[in-house]
Amino acid sequence: MNVQKDPAGERSSADTGPMVKAEQVHKSFGRVEVLKGIDLEVRRGEVMCVIGPSGSGKSTFLRCINHLEKINAGRLWVNGHLVGYREKGGKLYELRDREVAAQRREIGMVFQRFNLFPHMTALDNIMEAPLRVKRQPKAQVKERGLALLERVGLADKAQSYPAQLSGGQQQRVAIARALAMEPALMLFDEPTSALDPELVGDVLEVMKQLARDGMTMVVVTHEMGFAREVGDSLVFMDGGVVVEAGTPRDVIARPQHPRTQDFLSKVL
Amino acid sequence: MTVDSDVEPGRPEAIKAVPVRHPGRWLGAAVILVLIAMFVHFLVTSKALEWPEQWKYLFSDPVLKGVRNTIWLTVAAMIGAIVFGIVLALMRMSENPLLRGAAFVYLWFFRGTPLYTQLLIWGAIGSLLPTIGVGIPFGPEFHTWKTQELVNVALAAALGLILNEAAYMAEIVRAGIQSVDEGQTEAASALGMSRLQTLRRIVLPQSMRVIVPPTGNETISMLKNTSLVVAVPYSELTFTAQTIYASTYKIIPMLVMACLWYLLLSSILMVGQFYLERYYARGTSRSAEARQRIRFRGGGGGQ
Ligand SMILES: Nc1ncnc2c1ncn2[C@@H]1O[C@H](COP(=O)(O)OP(=O)(O)OP(=O)(O)O)[C@@H](O)[C@H]1O
Ligand SMILES: [Mg+2]
Repeated sequence: MNVQKDPAGERSSADTGPMVKAEQVHKSFGRVEVLKGIDLEVRRGEVMCVIGPSGSGKSTFLRCINHLEKINAGRLWVNGHLVGYREKGGKLYELRDREVAAQRREIGMVFQRFNLFPHMTALDNIMEAPLRVKRQPKAQVKERGLALLERVGLADKAQSYPAQLSGGQQQRVAIARALAMEPALMLFDEPTSALDPELVGDVLEVMKQLARDGMTMVVVTHEMGFAREVGDSLVFMDGGVVVEAGTPRDVIARPQHPRTQDFLSKVL
Repeated sequence: MTVDSDVEPGRPEAIKAVPVRHPGRWLGAAVILVLIAMFVHFLVTSKALEWPEQWKYLFSDPVLKGVRNTIWLTVAAMIGAIVFGIVLALMRMSENPLLRGAAFVYLWFFRGTPLYTQLLIWGAIGSLLPTIGVGIPFGPEFHTWKTQELVNVALAAALGLILNEAAYMAEIVRAGIQSVDEGQTEAASALGMSRLQTLRRIVLPQSMRVIVPPTGNETISMLKNTSLVVAVPYSELTFTAQTIYASTYKIIPMLVMACLWYLLLSSILMVGQFYLERYYARGTSRSAEARQRIRFRGGGGGQ
């Protein structure tokens, strides 16, 4: 990761510019400022891991990236598009719901608590968005849905409801569901922290495979092993700012900032 | 708990204890049996019930017409009230304070006044609003109808029931929607689904588990509340029974006959409710059989 200051903006070609670019992103809830100027850049194909103490704004930042939260100041681009706004003549115009939804299709999100649709089978969970949002033909969607289930190791669970699956299985279905929209970027918000320890491995394995296939990923996680093995970069957030960033090896082995040292000494 | 019949070696002998006697239960059962016997005796021997008279009218044309009217009023009122109730519920949860306020005032009025009184007003709607027109508010009208001709008694009865019931359905729907975890909406948004798609495909189906049971109760009340449209006045089952006994003076037989029809119809509704609840409970427990067992055993605890 490199924190550069020149405005990459919309002029940069969508295929070669960074996948995510944040410039001085600020976010407040009421009077509480949660993000206090985040600058970072995620290259195409990069796996960025984000760590930091509870309440440091990791989830909030992920949610800003796919516009589940509106940012108050700064600029955020995904795949060359300004998130949530259109800039014209130096003025920002809010995007319509329909346009925001279109932007989100490029971004897959995996939640800590899975958030599968409990009234649908695993396969229906995966097929829902391609069918309803992209309006793709059913036969094709089903075929791909089954292939995705196979890919996450759950080919035999197509007809199971979420309540009939273990947490690890549910999370893998959730990953397959996000992948079904063929996103350019995947966001993971502590995907394994609601899981029993023996189920964590299966989910991380799926994520590693995804990384090897070249997916651009931003992963909030406490799995330092995963960060070290799979991550291309590691970002340490605290108090709503990026305190330290670099390759996982450097940050973990030689943390520069005392707050990073303190945090790592607790989680390692 | 089941006890294995094949005894393993070294396992202690199964307990065979003298069970506790419950004389109170036996006494209670005896009282109930005597009461049932007395009731059946009354049904068979009472002269006031006049079963042949009831039988004569049970499937007569006027009664069947009354039953038909009761049924369509119930169905129309509930469908209308559910649709309008969803709209009101969405208004109440809207971010727009004007919509929220309007829905609140609506609920305040329709829940704060008796249905019977509202239906009397519907009967006199012609004097409240002599004409109904399409046009620009406070400006010229393009076309005007006489309310008396546009809103006949059937429509007045249905509208009266719909508008009243919608106020109650709105609260049921709102409770249902609010029972759905916020993560569901977020997951749907993150997949690029629109608000309407999220509501229709994700939120409403899940809220059904909370919405269906009280709505079933509302439907069964509605079946009986249709008898209040006599205020309009519109002729349904009870009103038909009244019309018949006005000339035959067989009051009790006709009212009991009406009760038999209501009981038949509400029994059908209860069966429908059972299957609807089971359908919307899918995916909420680990297996379908587990769900059945809990329902029939009444709690799934010990036997
Ligand atoms: N919708 C909201 N309204 C008000 N405050 C919020 C909201 N969401 C988050 N916050 C606050 O913002 C701060 C950052 O929250 P966030 O969830 O981003 O932290 P986090 O780094 O993901 O923490 P954790 O590791 O516990 O998940 C917290 O203090 C939280 O209370
Ligand atoms: Mg978080």
